[in-house]
Amino acid sequence: MAERKPIKGVTIEGTEKLIAETLAEMPEKAAKKRAPHLGANEPTASPCAVKSNKKVVPGVMSQRGCAYAGAKGVVWGPIRDMVHVSHGPIGCGVYSWGTRRNLMQGVPGVTSFPMDFTSDFQERDIVYGGDIKLEKLLKEADELFPLNKGMSILSECPVGLIGDDINAVAKKMEKELDKLVVPCNCEGFRGVSQSLGHHISNDSIRDHIIGKYEFTETAGPYDVALIGDYNIGGDVWAAKPILEEIGLNVKSVWTGDGEVEKIAATHTVKLNLIHCYRSMNYMCKVMEEKWGIPWLEYNFFGPTKIEESLRAIGELFDDKIKKNVEKVIKKYRKEMDEVVAEYRPRLNGKTAMLFVGGLRPRHTIGAYEDLGIQITGAGYEFAHQDDYDRTAPEMAKGTLIYDDVSEFELEKFVEELKPDLVGSGIKEKYVFQKAGIPFRQMHSWDYSGPYHGYEGFKIFARDIDMAINSPTWGLVKSPF
Amino acid sequence: MSEVAAIKKVTEHSPEEIEKVKNWINTEEYKEKNFERTALVVNPAHACQPLGAQMVATSFEGALPFVHGSQGCASYFRSTFSRHYREPAAATCDAMTEDGAVFGGQNNLFEGLENAYALYKPKMIPVFTTCMPEVIGDDLTAFIKNAKIQGHLPEEVLTPYANTPSFNGTHIHGYDAMLKSILQTLTEGQSIEGKCTGKLNIIPGFDGNVGNLREYKRICELMGIPYTMLADSSDVFDSGCDGEYKLYPGGTKLEDAAESVNGKATLSLQKYSTLTTMKWIEAEFTGEKALLPMPFGVKKTDELILKLSELFDKPVPQQLKQERALAVDAMTDAQQYLHGRKFAVAGDPDYLLGIVSFLLEMGARPWHVLCSRATKKFKKEMDALLESSPFGEGCTCYINKDLWHMRSLLVTDPVDGIIGDTHAKWAARDAKIPLFRIGFPIIDRVNLHRSPWVGYTGAVNMLTMIANKFLDIKDETCEDQWFEMMR
Repeated sequence: MAERKPIKGVTIEGTEKLIAETLAEMPEKAAKKRAPHLGANEPTASPCAVKSNKKVVPGVMSQRGCAYAGAKGVVWGPIRDMVHVSHGPIGCGVYSWGTRRNLMQGVPGVTSFPMDFTSDFQERDIVYGGDIKLEKLLKEADELFPLNKGMSILSECPVGLIGDDINAVAKKMEKELDKLVVPCNCEGFRGVSQSLGHHISNDSIRDHIIGKYEFTETAGPYDVALIGDYNIGGDVWAAKPILEEIGLNVKSVWTGDGEVEKIAATHTVKLNLIHCYRSMNYMCKVMEEKWGIPWLEYNFFGPTKIEESLRAIGELFDDKIKKNVEKVIKKYRKEMDEVVAEYRPRLNGKTAMLFVGGLRPRHTIGAYEDLGIQITGAGYEFAHQDDYDRTAPEMAKGTLIYDDVSEFELEKFVEELKPDLVGSGIKEKYVFQKAGIPFRQMHSWDYSGPYHGYEGFKIFARDIDMAINSPTWGLVKSPF
Repeated sequence: MSEVAAIKKVTEHSPEEIEKVKNWINTEEYKEKNFERTALVVNPAHACQPLGAQMVATSFEGALPFVHGSQGCASYFRSTFSRHYREPAAATCDAMTEDGAVFGGQNNLFEGLENAYALYKPKMIPVFTTCMPEVIGDDLTAFIKNAKIQGHLPEEVLTPYANTPSFNGTHIHGYDAMLKSILQTLTEGQSIEGKCTGKLNIIPGFDGNVGNLREYKRICELMGIPYTMLADSSDVFDSGCDGEYKLYPGGTKLEDAAESVNGKATLSLQKYSTLTTMKWIEAEFTGEKALLPMPFGVKKTDELILKLSELFDKPVPQQLKQERALAVDAMTDAQQYLHGRKFAVAGDPDYLLGIVSFLLEMGARPWHVLCSRATKKFKKEMDALLESSPFGEGCTCYINKDLWHMRSLLVTDPVDGIIGDTHAKWAARDAKIPLFRIGFPIIDRVNLHRSPWVGYTGAVNMLTMIANKFLDIKDETCEDQWFEMMR
């Protein structure tokens, strides 16, 4: 991969100075802890020097969530045909109800469950334990929602602290209800971010789901699974058709608009295609070790990356698929060129800063670049070293990399780098919009989407143009 | 694993099977089963204590909410407020993890307070808890004291704190606990025998509508009554965009809150979200104390105006008299669009009492009233309100039931519309009725938190929204021969 062109005004020295100035305003201990998480990009450095996946520094106003959020919100919630029980007090389930935009097909309450199921812990449950209540509520749920294909039990903080044994309850109830009942010990205090919740959930899938089912059709040479696409704003529905168009058979999706029995039968596919590496690489590795299924990371943001990814996927198959890949690329090229021709003149030369979960900053860079936008800063809430190693080569030299950035730091960085757009989350959005800086939520696609695939790029381009070039920004400065 | 289960085949439900269950969940039989459940909660209409605590904690000048507990909780609260208000919602957290679970969260609190103070320079750091430190029994009193003794935080930085366990009560109780604690802290040693500021302390309660808070203030101003709002979230959660982000854009002034103890009168407009605060105020504050229902509709607004007039010996100004007349004019003009219409209502206790009162005076018929966490006392009060009007006949008040129960009610005993927060949209859709978004949170429409529902103005707003929606539906769904120019 060719190194990115340098960005005007962005140098390693300038960036390091900005970091030093920012750290200087913090208490010594906090500055010392935060320093390794901030850096000026060296595209060729391997590993990336920025450290990650460490505890949040208390009091700095981190944007991170918790293990439960990673488990319920990210991995489990999107599986449409399961009842996902938020096990513990009322809040967690309410806050994560419908707030991630993992859309799903099905009849709500009948075959799909975009709802909030909770054990609503009270004081007595803390004192006497919640296992009996859990058992009872699983039975009630199965009776009231008979077409569910299984249930997940997602522990909230108190469950692990009071010594409940959800694993035993799950085992018993799985037998009794003759359905998948999956315990997931994802208490919010575990680990340092959402990331451990992903890992714990992957482990639950490994221990309780995968291999328990098989497809009715005989396996074919083009059987693949789509891993780590959560169907935010309909992403899966824009990505899956492309894979089908090149001749692949998408047998299951993890986990956007997902079906649990198909997920359980994924061990029979020929290849795992993984979009969100951060949240799902664990299971790809498990399936590789146990069943010898190879996996490939791909990126469906923006035409450049889509084409690159399709060709890489084609390489793993025969000439038929390779030919299809070229056909598909050709088919959509014209449409994509038209999108670029429409929006690039208004966006060329603009800059953006990104701060999202564990994948999108590096994955969306190509899509921004297709529109002529350069990325001057990027970072993740909960990424690990391997994510930063994948990010460094995608960024120009000297650009700013920040891990688990605090509100204090991000404000300083944005103030100094003055990007034309910030792409981050709901908690950050209005801070920057008050300052007159265009913003798009990059977790939820800001209630738009899909952004994946060819269909998604059209919407992405429109949205980014809309954000940056809205005439409303011209009103911010008052004439009096 | 010793047991090796047989590998099963992937199955698909047949269309007949799906159709059968789809119909079944709309039956009386299903409703009965649904109401029999005792352990499972589905689609509740309330949140947890610390969310409410954060609403208060952020509503004082220069105050930075501080969550003692898990990091994820703080992010959930902040996200919820930002989605509802479309505003920043700053709060820090001391991010306790596994070691905190073992050793307690004191070190996290120390470090957190030190950093929060250094980075964000607050005047006050209200601390409240998530369920994690509550389960392990962290001693906030000692921890915060130690933090100051050991120099992690200057002595003068105010640190009110409240225990807000999520496994007890709801967001309104967290609001109550935090408000009481902040007032205790700010008024400590401020009570002066014989002193009277001449001001009204007005407590809005847990209210996600900044328009309501501003309407209260406007009414006080119209009546010439000096006031302090405890606590005032309006400018915090509705600030302007002028090119500069302000971390502390408003809130009740600390000195105003401090001297509130010497106020002429204290008035709470939400009984159920200020129970412990008002009990404490009753004992500690000078001046008169009053508890009124939220002024939804004309009658409850009249009550408020009369009370203010009485407490401050002020005549009702001409403008309010005219606003009342205008509201009544609008209501008599449009009563035909609401009269006899049946409504379901879900929400917090004080909101429910207000909304039901408005519906009754419009001649509408509250039919299913549901609070997903409330006391029998509340139910008794609601029942009495319903009995006070012939239009309340036939209505049932459900407590400790959720929005999945509500769904059963809507499909077996239909109504014309439902009033509640965004979460009620699923039940409304299944019942094919409009949802009128009044409550918290509203995360799928813009600006509904900016126009008041309270006061005479609010009554007109509510009436306009409801009546016009019914007329829209008629225009959108009627057959051609019934489509006409006037409605």
